[in-house]
Amino acid sequence: MPESGMVIAAVGWAGVAGILLCALAYVAVTLDAVLSARQLGVRGGWTAPLSRAARLLRQRQRTTVAADTLLWRVGGAGMFIGAFLIVAVIPMGRWVLADPDVGIVWFNVVDVMVWALVWLTGWGANSTHSLVGGYRFLAHGLAYELPLMFALVAPAIAAGSLGVGDVVAAQDGLWFVVWMPVAFLVYLVGVTGFSVWGPFAPALAADIAGGVLAELSAVDRLVFQAGRYLFLVAGAAFSVPLFLGGGSGPVLPGWAWVLVKTVAVLAVLVWLRRKVPLVRPDRFMEIGWMVLLPAVVVQDLLVSLIVVSGG
Amino acid sequence: MTLEAVLVVAAALFAVGLYGALSQQVVVMVMMGLELMINGVLLAAAGFWLFLAPDPTGQVLLLVVLAAMTVEMAMGFAVATLLHRRRQTDMTDMAEELSG
Amino acid sequence: MLTGVAFWVLAVVAVAAGVAVFVVDSMARATYALALSFIAVGVQILLLEQGYLGLITILMMVMEMAVMAIYMVMFMGMNPALMPMDMTHGKKTAIGASVGAFVLLASGALLIPWPQRRGAVPEDLTRALGLEIMGEKMLVMAVLGPVMVATIVAGVVLAAHRSRYDRFGDDLRRRPADDPQPGGVGR
Repeated sequence: MPESGMVIAAVGWAGVAGILLCALAYVAVTLDAVLSARQLGVRGGWTAPLSRAARLLRQRQRTTVAADTLLWRVGGAGMFIGAFLIVAVIPMGRWVLADPDVGIVWFNVVDVMVWALVWLTGWGANSTHSLVGGYRFLAHGLAYELPLMFALVAPAIAAGSLGVGDVVAAQDGLWFVVWMPVAFLVYLVGVTGFSVWGPFAPALAADIAGGVLAELSAVDRLVFQAGRYLFLVAGAAFSVPLFLGGGSGPVLPGWAWVLVKTVAVLAVLVWLRRKVPLVRPDRFMEIGWMVLLPAVVVQDLLVSLIVVSGG
Repeated sequence: MTLEAVLVVAAALFAVGLYGALSQQVVVMVMMGLELMINGVLLAAAGFWLFLAPDPTGQVLLLVVLAAMTVEMAMGFAVATLLHRRRQTDMTDMAEELSG
Repeated sequence: MLTGVAFWVLAVVAVAAGVAVFVVDSMARATYALALSFIAVGVQILLLEQGYLGLITILMMVMEMAVMAIYMVMFMGMNPALMPMDMTHGKKTAIGASVGAFVLLASGALLIPWPQRRGAVPEDLTRALGLEIMGEKMLVMAVLGPVMVATIVAGVVLAAHRSRYDRFGDDLRRRPADDPQPGGVGR
Protein backbone atom coordinates (compact mmCIF):
# COMPACT_ATOMS: atom_id res chain seq x y z
CA MET A 1 0.00 0.00 0.00
CA PRO A 2 1.70 3.17 -1.12
CA GLU A 3 -0.25 5.53 1.15
CA SER A 4 0.98 3.84 4.32
CA GLY A 5 4.58 4.53 3.28
CA MET A 6 5.61 0.89 3.48
CA VAL A 7 8.25 -0.44 1.12
CA ILE A 8 7.76 -4.03 -0.01
CA ALA A 9 11.07 -5.82 0.46
CA ALA A 10 12.41 -8.25 -2.14
CA VAL A 11 11.49 -11.91 -1.67
CA GLY A 12 15.08 -12.72 -0.72
CA TRP A 13 14.56 -10.90 2.57
CA ALA A 14 12.10 -13.57 3.64
CA GLY A 15 15.13 -15.71 4.52
CA VAL A 16 16.53 -12.94 6.70
CA ALA A 17 13.17 -12.50 8.42
CA GLY A 18 13.02 -16.24 9.11
CA ILE A 19 16.53 -16.29 10.55
CA LEU A 20 15.71 -13.27 12.69
CA LEU A 21 12.61 -15.00 14.02
CA CYS A 22 14.63 -18.11 14.91
CA ALA A 23 17.30 -15.97 16.57
CA LEU A 24 14.71 -14.24 18.73
CA ALA A 25 13.21 -17.61 19.68
CA TYR A 26 16.74 -18.67 20.64
CA VAL A 27 16.99 -15.59 22.85
CA ALA A 28 13.65 -16.42 24.47
CA VAL A 29 14.68 -20.01 25.26
CA THR A 30 18.01 -18.85 26.66
CA LEU A 31 16.37 -16.21 28.82
CA ASP A 32 13.87 -18.73 30.12
CA ALA A 33 16.61 -21.24 30.92
CA VAL A 34 18.80 -18.65 32.64
CA LEU A 35 15.89 -17.47 34.79
CA SER A 36 15.06 -21.09 35.65
CA ALA A 37 18.66 -21.77 36.63
CA ARG A 38 18.80 -18.65 38.77
CA GLN A 39 15.59 -19.65 40.50
CA LEU A 40 17.28 -22.91 41.46
CA GLY A 41 20.24 -20.96 42.77
CA VAL A 42 22.67 -22.12 40.11
CA ARG A 43 24.42 -20.19 37.41
CA GLY A 44 24.39 -20.97 33.73
CA GLY A 45 21.65 -22.02 31.38
CA TRP A 46 23.22 -20.01 28.60
CA THR A 47 23.71 -23.02 26.34
CA ALA A 48 20.28 -24.51 27.09
CA PRO A 49 18.77 -24.13 23.58
CA LEU A 50 21.74 -25.85 21.97
CA SER A 51 21.99 -28.68 24.45
CA ARG A 52 18.23 -29.28 24.48
CA ALA A 53 18.06 -29.32 20.69
CA ALA A 54 21.09 -31.57 20.44
CA ARG A 55 19.62 -34.00 22.96
CA LEU A 56 16.30 -34.16 21.10
CA LEU A 57 18.03 -34.62 17.76
CA ARG A 58 20.00 -37.58 19.10
CA GLN A 59 16.94 -39.13 20.74
CA ARG A 60 15.33 -42.09 19.05
CA GLN A 61 11.95 -41.37 17.55
CA ARG A 62 9.19 -43.21 19.40
CA THR A 63 5.76 -43.91 18.13
CA THR A 64 2.62 -45.33 19.68
CA VAL A 65 0.28 -48.15 18.73
CA ALA A 66 -2.23 -47.11 16.07
CA ALA A 67 -1.04 -43.51 16.07
CA ASP A 68 -2.62 -41.29 13.42
CA THR A 69 0.78 -40.35 12.07
CA LEU A 70 -0.51 -38.06 9.32
CA LEU A 71 -2.53 -35.81 11.62
CA TRP A 72 0.17 -35.98 14.29
CA ARG A 73 2.84 -34.71 11.88
CA VAL A 74 0.53 -32.06 10.45
CA GLY A 75 -0.02 -30.72 13.96
CA GLY A 76 3.66 -30.53 14.86
CA ALA A 77 4.88 -29.18 11.54
CA GLY A 78 2.07 -26.62 11.44
CA MET A 79 3.09 -25.27 14.84
CA PHE A 80 6.56 -24.73 13.45
CA ILE A 81 5.45 -23.03 10.22
CA GLY A 82 2.71 -20.76 11.61
CA ALA A 83 4.96 -18.13 13.15
CA PHE A 84 6.79 -17.61 9.85
CA LEU A 85 3.47 -16.75 8.19
CA ILE A 86 2.81 -14.09 10.82
CA VAL A 87 6.24 -12.53 10.40
CA ALA A 88 5.55 -11.94 6.70
CA VAL A 89 3.20 -9.04 7.55
CA ILE A 90 5.26 -7.47 10.36
CA PRO A 91 6.99 -4.31 9.12
CA MET A 92 10.61 -3.74 10.13
CA GLY A 93 10.63 0.01 10.14
CA ARG A 94 9.71 0.95 6.57
CA TRP A 95 10.29 -2.48 5.06
CA VAL A 96 7.82 -5.31 5.03
CA LEU A 97 7.59 -8.56 3.11
CA ALA A 98 3.90 -8.13 2.36
CA ASP A 99 1.38 -5.49 3.36
CA PRO A 100 -2.04 -6.82 2.39
CA ASP A 101 -5.02 -4.61 3.22
CA VAL A 102 -6.20 -7.39 5.57
CA GLY A 103 -2.96 -7.95 7.49
CA ILE A 104 -4.63 -8.10 10.90
CA VAL A 105 -7.11 -10.71 9.70
CA TRP A 106 -4.16 -12.67 8.32
CA PHE A 107 -2.59 -12.70 11.78
CA ASN A 108 -5.90 -13.79 13.25
CA VAL A 109 -6.23 -16.65 10.77
CA VAL A 110 -2.80 -17.98 11.67
CA ASP A 111 -3.45 -17.81 15.41
CA VAL A 112 -6.76 -19.63 15.00
CA MET A 113 -4.89 -22.39 13.17
CA VAL A 114 -3.20 -23.16 16.49
CA TRP A 115 -6.53 -24.51 17.78
CA ALA A 116 -6.49 -27.19 15.15
CA LEU A 117 -2.75 -27.82 15.34
CA VAL A 118 -2.51 -28.38 19.10
CA TRP A 119 -5.58 -30.59 19.14
CA LEU A 120 -4.29 -32.61 16.19
CA THR A 121 -0.97 -33.11 17.95
CA GLY A 122 -2.87 -34.31 21.00
CA TRP A 123 -5.14 -36.57 18.96
CA GLY A 124 -2.50 -38.08 16.69
CA ALA A 125 -0.58 -39.88 19.42
CA ASN A 126 -3.59 -42.10 20.24
CA SER A 127 -2.83 -41.60 23.91
CA THR A 128 -5.25 -40.51 26.63
CA HIS A 129 -2.98 -37.96 28.25
CA SER A 130 -2.19 -36.33 24.93
CA LEU A 131 -5.85 -36.07 24.03
CA VAL A 132 -6.75 -34.60 27.43
CA GLY A 133 -4.05 -31.99 26.77
CA GLY A 134 -5.61 -31.23 23.38
CA TYR A 135 -9.03 -30.72 24.96
CA ARG A 136 -7.56 -28.48 27.65
CA PHE A 137 -6.07 -26.29 24.97
CA LEU A 138 -9.36 -26.02 23.08
CA ALA A 139 -11.12 -25.02 26.30
CA HIS A 140 -8.53 -22.30 26.79
CA GLY A 141 -8.94 -21.32 23.18
CA LEU A 142 -12.67 -20.79 23.58
CA ALA A 143 -11.92 -18.43 26.44
CA TYR A 144 -9.02 -16.37 25.07
CA GLU A 145 -9.82 -16.21 21.36
CA LEU A 146 -12.81 -13.89 21.43
CA PRO A 147 -11.17 -11.30 23.72
CA LEU A 148 -8.09 -11.53 21.48
CA MET A 149 -10.18 -10.85 18.38
CA PHE A 150 -11.79 -7.81 19.96
CA ALA A 151 -8.38 -6.61 21.09
CA LEU A 152 -7.18 -6.79 17.49
CA VAL A 153 -10.21 -4.75 16.46
CA ALA A 154 -9.19 -1.72 18.55
CA PRO A 155 -6.09 -0.65 16.54
CA ALA A 156 -7.97 -1.41 13.32
CA ILE A 157 -10.79 0.96 14.32
CA ALA A 158 -8.36 3.68 15.28
CA ALA A 159 -6.44 3.36 12.02
CA GLY A 160 -9.59 2.90 9.92
CA SER A 161 -7.88 0.00 8.19
CA LEU A 162 -7.06 -3.68 8.64
CA GLY A 163 -3.67 -3.20 6.98
CA VAL A 164 -0.69 -3.36 9.33
CA GLY A 165 1.10 -0.56 7.46
CA ASP A 166 -1.86 1.78 7.94
CA VAL A 167 -2.01 0.92 11.65
CA VAL A 168 1.65 1.89 12.03
CA ALA A 169 1.09 5.09 10.07
CA ALA A 170 -1.86 6.01 12.29
CA GLN A 171 0.38 5.94 15.38
CA ASP A 172 2.46 8.79 14.13
CA GLY A 173 1.83 11.07 17.08
CA LEU A 174 0.65 8.80 19.85
CA TRP A 175 1.24 5.07 20.33
CA PHE A 176 -1.94 3.05 20.58
CA VAL A 177 -0.80 1.40 23.80
CA VAL A 178 -1.30 4.75 25.54
CA TRP A 179 -5.01 5.02 24.86
CA MET A 180 -5.88 1.34 24.49
CA PRO A 181 -4.02 -0.32 27.36
CA VAL A 182 -6.79 -2.86 27.99
CA ALA A 183 -6.66 -4.07 24.40
CA PHE A 184 -2.86 -4.35 24.68
CA LEU A 185 -3.03 -6.43 27.85
CA VAL A 186 -5.74 -8.69 26.47
CA TYR A 187 -3.68 -9.05 23.31
CA LEU A 188 -0.71 -10.24 25.39
CA VAL A 189 -2.98 -12.72 27.19
CA GLY A 190 -3.99 -13.99 23.76
CA VAL A 191 -0.35 -14.28 22.69
CA THR A 192 0.52 -16.41 25.70
CA GLY A 193 -2.65 -18.37 24.96
CA PHE A 194 -1.85 -19.33 21.39
CA SER A 195 1.78 -20.01 22.30
CA VAL A 196 0.56 -22.54 24.91
CA TRP A 197 2.87 -20.61 27.18
CA GLY A 198 3.06 -19.72 30.87
CA PRO A 199 -0.39 -19.65 32.49
CA PHE A 200 -1.86 -21.34 29.41
CA ALA A 201 0.35 -24.40 29.59
CA PRO A 202 -2.03 -26.82 31.40
CA ALA A 203 -2.32 -28.57 28.03
CA LEU A 204 1.32 -29.57 28.55
CA ALA A 205 1.21 -29.87 32.33
CA ALA A 206 2.93 -32.47 34.45
CA ASP A 207 -0.33 -33.69 36.03
CA ILE A 208 -1.25 -35.34 32.72
CA ALA A 209 2.29 -36.56 32.03
CA GLY A 210 3.11 -33.71 29.69
CA GLY A 211 -0.26 -33.66 27.93
CA VAL A 212 0.13 -32.95 24.24
CA LEU A 213 3.88 -33.46 24.65
CA ALA A 214 3.50 -36.82 26.39
CA GLU A 215 4.25 -39.01 23.40
CA LEU A 216 6.29 -36.56 21.34
CA SER A 217 9.93 -37.48 21.02
CA ALA A 218 13.04 -36.50 19.11
CA VAL A 219 12.48 -34.23 16.10
CA ASP A 220 8.70 -34.16 16.59
CA ARG A 221 9.12 -32.78 20.09
CA LEU A 222 11.80 -30.32 18.99
CA VAL A 223 9.60 -28.99 16.20
CA PHE A 224 6.56 -28.59 18.44
CA GLN A 225 8.47 -26.91 21.26
CA ALA A 226 10.29 -24.63 18.84
CA GLY A 227 6.93 -23.76 17.32
CA ARG A 228 5.64 -22.57 20.70
CA TYR A 229 8.59 -20.26 21.16
CA LEU A 230 8.35 -19.04 17.57
CA PHE A 231 4.69 -18.19 18.12
CA LEU A 232 5.58 -16.35 21.32
CA VAL A 233 8.17 -14.30 19.42
CA ALA A 234 5.83 -13.65 16.48
CA GLY A 235 3.08 -12.57 18.87
CA ALA A 236 5.43 -10.21 20.71
CA ALA A 237 6.72 -8.85 17.40
CA PHE A 238 3.19 -8.26 16.07
CA SER A 239 2.36 -6.17 19.13
CA VAL A 240 4.99 -3.65 18.00
CA PRO A 241 3.25 -2.41 14.81
CA LEU A 242 -0.14 -2.88 16.46
CA PHE A 243 0.31 -1.02 19.74
CA LEU A 244 3.89 0.21 20.15
CA GLY A 245 4.28 2.57 17.22
CA GLY A 246 6.16 0.22 14.89
CA GLY A 247 9.63 1.52 14.10
CA SER A 248 9.21 5.01 15.55
CA GLY A 249 11.84 6.14 18.02
CA PRO A 250 14.84 8.47 18.27
CA VAL A 251 18.38 7.97 16.92
CA LEU A 252 18.19 4.32 15.92
CA PRO A 253 16.77 3.32 12.51
CA GLY A 254 13.23 1.92 12.36
CA TRP A 255 14.11 -1.74 12.01
CA ALA A 256 16.35 -1.54 15.09
CA TRP A 257 13.53 -0.04 17.14
CA VAL A 258 11.20 -2.83 16.07
CA LEU A 259 13.79 -5.35 17.28
CA VAL A 260 14.34 -3.52 20.58
CA LYS A 261 10.62 -3.31 21.29
CA THR A 262 10.07 -6.94 20.32
CA VAL A 263 12.82 -8.12 22.66
CA ALA A 264 11.40 -5.97 25.45
CA VAL A 265 7.89 -7.41 25.11
CA LEU A 266 9.33 -10.90 24.76
CA ALA A 267 11.46 -10.51 27.88
CA VAL A 268 8.45 -9.39 29.90
CA LEU A 269 6.42 -12.38 28.71
CA VAL A 270 9.23 -14.81 29.54
CA TRP A 271 9.84 -13.21 32.91
CA LEU A 272 6.13 -13.26 33.79
CA ARG A 273 5.93 -17.02 33.36
CA ARG A 274 7.45 -17.45 36.80
CA LYS A 275 5.12 -14.93 38.41
CA VAL A 276 1.79 -16.22 37.14
CA PRO A 277 0.27 -19.58 38.11
CA LEU A 278 -1.18 -22.01 35.60
CA VAL A 279 -4.82 -21.17 34.96
CA ARG A 280 -7.22 -24.08 34.84
CA PRO A 281 -9.31 -24.11 31.65
CA ASP A 282 -12.63 -24.37 33.54
CA ARG A 283 -11.71 -21.43 35.76
CA PHE A 284 -10.37 -19.31 32.93
CA MET A 285 -13.47 -19.85 30.80
CA GLU A 286 -15.45 -17.61 33.11
CA ILE A 287 -12.64 -15.10 33.47
CA GLY A 288 -12.37 -14.84 29.70
CA TRP A 289 -16.07 -14.36 29.10
CA MET A 290 -17.07 -12.39 32.18
CA VAL A 291 -14.03 -10.16 32.66
CA LEU A 292 -11.79 -9.94 29.60
CA LEU A 293 -14.49 -9.85 26.94
CA PRO A 294 -16.60 -7.03 28.47
CA ALA A 295 -13.45 -5.08 29.32
CA VAL A 296 -12.13 -5.22 25.79
CA VAL A 297 -15.54 -4.46 24.27
CA VAL A 298 -15.74 -1.33 26.42
CA GLN A 299 -12.23 -0.49 25.21
CA ASP A 300 -13.38 -0.87 21.60
CA LEU A 301 -16.37 1.34 22.31
CA LEU A 302 -14.14 4.05 23.80
CA VAL A 303 -11.81 3.87 20.82
CA SER A 304 -14.75 4.13 18.43
CA LEU A 305 -16.15 7.13 20.29
CA ILE A 306 -12.78 8.88 20.24
CA VAL A 307 -12.36 8.16 16.52
CA VAL A 308 -15.89 9.31 15.67
CA SER A 309 -15.50 12.52 17.66
CA GLY A 310 -12.33 13.14 15.68
CA GLY A 311 -9.99 13.14 18.69
CA MET B 1 -9.91 -19.36 -14.40
CA THR B 2 -13.30 -18.46 -15.84
CA LEU B 3 -16.76 -18.14 -14.37
CA GLU B 4 -17.73 -21.52 -15.86
CA ALA B 5 -14.75 -23.21 -14.19
CA VAL B 6 -15.58 -21.72 -10.80
CA LEU B 7 -19.22 -22.74 -11.10
CA VAL B 8 -18.40 -26.31 -12.11
CA VAL B 9 -16.13 -26.71 -9.09
CA ALA B 10 -18.82 -25.17 -6.89
CA ALA B 11 -21.37 -27.58 -8.36
CA ALA B 12 -19.08 -30.51 -7.57
CA LEU B 13 -18.71 -29.37 -3.95
CA PHE B 14 -22.46 -28.88 -3.69
CA ALA B 15 -23.16 -32.35 -5.11
CA VAL B 16 -20.72 -34.06 -2.74
CA GLY B 17 -22.29 -32.20 0.16
CA LEU B 18 -25.77 -33.18 -0.98
CA TYR B 19 -24.74 -36.82 -1.05
CA GLY B 20 -23.45 -36.53 2.50
CA ALA B 21 -26.49 -34.70 3.83
CA LEU B 22 -28.86 -37.28 2.32
CA SER B 23 -26.96 -40.46 3.06
CA GLN B 24 -25.39 -39.98 6.49
CA GLN B 25 -27.15 -41.23 9.59
CA VAL B 26 -25.16 -39.41 12.22
CA VAL B 27 -26.38 -35.87 12.90
CA VAL B 28 -22.89 -34.36 12.94
CA MET B 29 -22.06 -36.01 9.62
CA VAL B 30 -25.28 -34.60 8.13
CA MET B 31 -24.11 -31.19 9.29
CA MET B 32 -20.81 -31.74 7.54
CA GLY B 33 -22.71 -32.44 4.35
CA LEU B 34 -24.68 -29.22 4.75
CA GLU B 35 -21.46 -27.30 5.39
CA LEU B 36 -19.97 -28.68 2.22
CA MET B 37 -23.04 -27.57 0.26
CA ILE B 38 -22.72 -24.06 1.68
CA ASN B 39 -19.04 -24.21 0.81
CA GLY B 40 -20.04 -24.66 -2.82
CA VAL B 41 -22.53 -21.80 -2.60
CA LEU B 42 -19.82 -19.57 -1.16
CA LEU B 43 -17.43 -20.34 -3.99
CA ALA B 44 -20.12 -19.79 -6.59
CA ALA B 45 -21.08 -16.45 -5.04
CA ALA B 46 -17.44 -15.36 -5.01
CA GLY B 47 -17.16 -16.33 -8.68
CA PHE B 48 -20.32 -14.48 -9.66
CA TRP B 49 -19.08 -11.44 -7.80
CA LEU B 50 -15.74 -11.21 -9.59
CA PHE B 51 -16.87 -12.15 -13.08
CA LEU B 52 -20.28 -10.48 -13.30
CA ALA B 53 -20.65 -7.52 -10.96
CA PRO B 54 -17.62 -6.66 -8.84
CA ASP B 55 -19.02 -3.97 -6.61
CA PRO B 56 -18.97 -4.04 -2.80
CA THR B 57 -22.71 -4.67 -2.55
CA GLY B 58 -22.27 -8.22 -3.76
CA GLN B 59 -19.81 -8.91 -0.96
CA VAL B 60 -22.56 -8.40 1.57
CA LEU B 61 -24.25 -11.49 0.15
CA LEU B 62 -21.19 -13.58 0.98
CA LEU B 63 -21.21 -12.25 4.51
CA VAL B 64 -24.84 -13.36 4.80
CA VAL B 65 -23.88 -16.83 3.56
CA LEU B 66 -21.15 -17.02 6.20
CA ALA B 67 -23.63 -15.92 8.85
CA ALA B 68 -26.09 -18.58 7.70
CA MET B 69 -23.31 -21.13 8.10
CA THR B 70 -22.70 -19.98 11.68
CA VAL B 71 -26.36 -20.22 12.59
CA GLU B 72 -26.60 -23.65 11.01
CA MET B 73 -23.67 -24.91 13.02
CA ALA B 74 -24.74 -23.44 16.34
CA MET B 75 -28.29 -24.79 16.07
CA GLY B 76 -27.05 -28.11 14.75
CA PHE B 77 -24.75 -28.63 17.70
CA ALA B 78 -27.48 -27.60 20.12
CA VAL B 79 -29.97 -30.06 18.58
CA ALA B 80 -27.34 -32.81 18.54
CA THR B 81 -26.67 -32.23 22.23
CA LEU B 82 -30.37 -32.29 23.03
CA LEU B 83 -30.91 -35.43 20.99
CA HIS B 84 -28.04 -37.14 22.71
CA ARG B 85 -29.31 -36.20 26.14
CA ARG B 86 -32.89 -37.26 25.52
CA ARG B 87 -32.40 -40.34 23.36
CA GLN B 88 -28.81 -41.37 23.94
CA THR B 89 -28.47 -41.42 20.20
CA ASP B 90 -26.93 -39.45 17.41
CA MET B 91 -28.81 -41.02 14.53
CA THR B 92 -31.26 -39.07 12.41
CA ASP B 93 -33.46 -42.17 12.06
CA MET B 94 -34.21 -42.08 15.78
CA ALA B 95 -35.64 -38.56 15.61
CA GLU B 96 -38.51 -38.64 13.16
CA GLU B 97 -41.50 -37.27 15.09
CA LEU B 98 -41.80 -34.50 12.54
CA SER B 99 -41.67 -36.77 9.51
CA GLY B 100 -45.13 -36.86 7.99
CA MET C 1 -1.57 -18.72 -16.10
CA LEU C 2 -0.15 -19.32 -12.65
CA THR C 3 -3.48 -18.38 -11.07
CA GLY C 4 -5.21 -20.83 -13.36
CA VAL C 5 -2.95 -23.69 -12.31
CA ALA C 6 -3.32 -22.75 -8.65
CA PHE C 7 -7.09 -22.60 -9.05
CA TRP C 8 -7.36 -26.07 -10.52
CA VAL C 9 -4.99 -27.59 -7.98
CA LEU C 10 -7.07 -26.06 -5.20
CA ALA C 11 -10.25 -27.23 -6.90
CA VAL C 12 -9.00 -30.81 -6.92
CA VAL C 13 -7.94 -30.50 -3.27
CA ALA C 14 -11.30 -29.01 -2.25
CA VAL C 15 -13.42 -31.65 -3.97
CA ALA C 16 -11.16 -34.57 -3.04
CA ALA C 17 -11.14 -33.48 0.60
CA GLY C 18 -14.91 -33.10 0.41
CA VAL C 19 -15.27 -36.67 -0.83
CA ALA C 20 -12.82 -37.85 1.82
CA VAL C 21 -15.14 -36.54 4.55
CA PHE C 22 -17.60 -39.33 3.76
CA VAL C 23 -15.04 -41.99 2.89
CA VAL C 24 -12.42 -42.03 5.64
CA ASP C 25 -13.19 -44.05 8.74
CA SER C 26 -11.60 -41.76 11.32
CA MET C 27 -13.68 -39.05 12.97
CA ALA C 28 -10.74 -36.67 13.25
CA ARG C 29 -9.71 -37.24 9.65
CA ALA C 30 -13.25 -36.67 8.38
CA THR C 31 -13.54 -33.40 10.27
CA TYR C 32 -10.18 -32.08 9.23
CA ALA C 33 -10.72 -33.21 5.64
CA LEU C 34 -13.68 -30.82 5.66
CA ALA C 35 -11.45 -28.14 7.17
CA LEU C 36 -8.97 -28.71 4.34
CA SER C 37 -11.77 -28.39 1.81
CA PHE C 38 -12.76 -25.06 3.36
CA ILE C 39 -9.17 -23.83 3.40
CA ALA C 40 -8.82 -24.69 -0.30
CA VAL C 41 -12.04 -22.80 -1.11
CA GLY C 42 -10.86 -19.90 1.08
CA VAL C 43 -7.65 -19.64 -0.92
CA GLN C 44 -9.68 -19.83 -4.13
CA ILE C 45 -11.72 -16.88 -2.89
CA LEU C 46 -8.42 -15.09 -2.29
CA LEU C 47 -7.53 -15.86 -5.91
CA LEU C 48 -10.89 -14.35 -6.88
CA GLU C 49 -9.54 -11.09 -5.42
CA GLN C 50 -11.63 -11.07 -2.26
CA GLY C 51 -9.03 -10.89 0.49
CA TYR C 52 -11.25 -10.23 3.46
CA LEU C 53 -13.89 -12.85 2.71
CA GLY C 54 -11.36 -15.52 1.79
CA LEU C 55 -9.46 -15.09 5.05
CA ILE C 56 -12.65 -14.90 7.12
CA THR C 57 -13.83 -18.15 5.54
CA ILE C 58 -10.61 -19.91 6.54
CA LEU C 59 -10.66 -18.38 10.01
CA MET C 60 -14.26 -19.32 10.77
CA MET C 61 -14.09 -22.77 9.33
CA VAL C 62 -10.88 -23.83 11.04
CA MET C 63 -12.34 -22.75 14.37
CA GLU C 64 -15.61 -24.45 13.58
CA MET C 65 -13.94 -27.70 12.58
CA ALA C 66 -11.81 -27.69 15.74
CA VAL C 67 -15.09 -27.60 17.69
CA MET C 68 -16.79 -30.01 15.29
CA ALA C 69 -14.08 -32.60 15.97
CA ILE C 70 -15.01 -32.55 19.66
CA TYR C 71 -18.66 -33.17 18.83
CA MET C 72 -17.72 -35.99 16.49
CA VAL C 73 -15.71 -37.75 19.19
CA MET C 74 -18.35 -36.99 21.81
CA PHE C 75 -21.42 -38.18 19.94
CA MET C 76 -20.27 -40.92 17.61
CA GLY C 77 -21.30 -43.78 19.86
CA MET C 78 -19.00 -46.25 18.23
CA ASN C 79 -15.59 -45.75 16.76
CA PRO C 80 -15.73 -46.58 13.05
CA ALA C 81 -11.96 -46.90 13.02
CA LEU C 82 -12.21 -49.84 15.40
CA MET C 83 -15.47 -51.30 14.12
CA PRO C 84 -15.86 -50.77 10.38
CA MET C 85 -19.54 -50.24 9.71
CA ASP C 86 -21.76 -48.42 7.29
CA MET C 87 -23.40 -45.42 8.92
CA THR C 88 -25.47 -44.49 5.91
CA HIS C 89 -29.03 -44.86 4.71
CA GLY C 90 -30.62 -44.53 1.31
CA LYS C 91 -27.25 -44.52 -0.36
CA LYS C 92 -28.53 -45.15 -3.88
CA THR C 93 -31.06 -42.32 -3.73
CA ALA C 94 -28.39 -40.02 -2.31
CA ILE C 95 -25.91 -40.85 -5.07
CA GLY C 96 -28.62 -40.40 -7.69
CA ALA C 97 -29.69 -37.06 -6.25
CA SER C 98 -26.17 -35.76 -6.00
CA VAL C 99 -25.18 -36.84 -9.51
CA GLY C 100 -28.39 -35.30 -10.79
CA ALA C 101 -27.71 -32.08 -8.95
CA PHE C 102 -24.19 -31.94 -10.32
CA VAL C 103 -25.26 -32.57 -13.91
CA LEU C 104 -28.00 -29.95 -13.63
CA LEU C 105 -25.82 -27.29 -12.01
CA ALA C 106 -22.74 -27.94 -14.16
CA SER C 107 -24.68 -27.94 -17.42
CA GLY C 108 -26.37 -24.76 -16.30
CA ALA C 109 -22.98 -23.23 -15.58
CA LEU C 110 -21.66 -24.20 -19.00
CA LEU C 111 -24.73 -23.58 -21.16
CA ILE C 112 -26.17 -20.36 -19.80
CA PRO C 113 -24.87 -17.34 -21.74
CA TRP C 114 -23.53 -15.31 -18.83
CA PRO C 115 -23.82 -11.55 -19.18
CA GLN C 116 -20.86 -9.26 -19.60
CA ARG C 117 -19.18 -8.03 -16.48
CA ARG C 118 -20.25 -4.60 -15.42
CA GLY C 119 -18.26 -2.32 -13.18
CA ALA C 120 -14.72 -2.84 -11.97
CA VAL C 121 -13.19 -4.14 -8.76
CA PRO C 122 -12.92 -1.23 -6.31
CA GLU C 123 -9.45 0.08 -5.53
CA ASP C 124 -9.53 -0.80 -1.84
CA LEU C 125 -12.13 -3.55 -1.60
CA THR C 126 -11.88 -4.18 2.14
CA ARG C 127 -12.53 -0.53 2.88
CA ALA C 128 -15.34 -0.38 0.33
CA LEU C 129 -16.96 -3.43 1.94
CA GLY C 130 -16.65 -1.85 5.36
CA LEU C 131 -18.27 1.37 4.18
CA GLU C 132 -20.97 -0.63 2.43
CA ILE C 133 -22.06 -2.63 5.48
CA MET C 134 -21.87 0.42 7.70
CA GLY C 135 -23.69 2.58 5.15
CA GLU C 136 -26.12 1.56 2.47
CA LYS C 137 -26.39 -2.10 3.45
CA MET C 138 -26.48 -1.48 7.16
CA LEU C 139 -29.94 -3.02 7.40
CA VAL C 140 -28.46 -6.41 6.50
CA MET C 141 -25.99 -6.21 9.36
CA ALA C 142 -28.63 -4.79 11.67
CA VAL C 143 -30.76 -7.87 10.97
CA LEU C 144 -27.88 -10.29 11.26
CA GLY C 145 -27.09 -9.00 14.76
CA PRO C 146 -30.43 -10.00 16.33
CA VAL C 147 -30.36 -13.27 14.37
CA MET C 148 -27.02 -14.11 15.96
CA VAL C 149 -28.29 -13.21 19.42
CA ALA C 150 -31.39 -15.33 18.86
CA THR C 151 -29.13 -18.18 17.77
CA ILE C 152 -27.05 -17.93 20.91
CA VAL C 153 -30.13 -17.89 23.14
CA ALA C 154 -31.84 -20.74 21.28
CA GLY C 155 -28.66 -22.79 21.26
CA VAL C 156 -28.16 -22.41 24.99
CA VAL C 157 -31.83 -23.15 25.72
CA LEU C 158 -31.70 -26.32 23.65
CA ALA C 159 -28.37 -27.57 24.88
CA ALA C 160 -28.26 -26.61 28.56
CA HIS C 161 -29.65 -29.25 30.88
CA ARG C 162 -29.60 -27.11 34.03
CA SER C 163 -31.87 -24.13 34.48
CA ARG C 164 -31.38 -21.22 36.84
CA TYR C 165 -33.43 -23.09 39.47
CA ASP C 166 -30.80 -25.81 39.48
CA ARG C 167 -28.12 -23.21 39.94
CA PHE C 168 -29.68 -20.75 42.39
CA GLY C 169 -32.24 -22.95 44.19
CA ASP C 170 -36.04 -22.79 44.05
CA ASP C 171 -36.20 -19.24 45.41
CA LEU C 172 -33.25 -18.12 43.25
CA ARG C 173 -31.48 -16.93 46.40
CA ARG C 174 -28.60 -19.38 46.65
CA ARG C 175 -25.21 -17.67 46.34
CA PRO C 176 -22.80 -18.73 45.05
CA ALA C 177 -24.52 -20.85 42.44
CA ASP C 178 -24.41 -24.62 42.74
CA ASP C 179 -22.38 -25.55 39.67
CA PRO C 180 -20.68 -28.86 38.91
CA GLN C 181 -17.75 -26.84 37.56
CA PRO C 182 -17.24 -23.61 39.48
CA GLY C 183 -15.82 -20.84 37.34
CA GLY C 184 -12.97 -18.49 38.09
CA VAL C 185 -15.08 -15.48 39.01
CA GLY C 186 -17.04 -17.40 41.63
CA ARG C 187 -20.54 -16.34 40.66
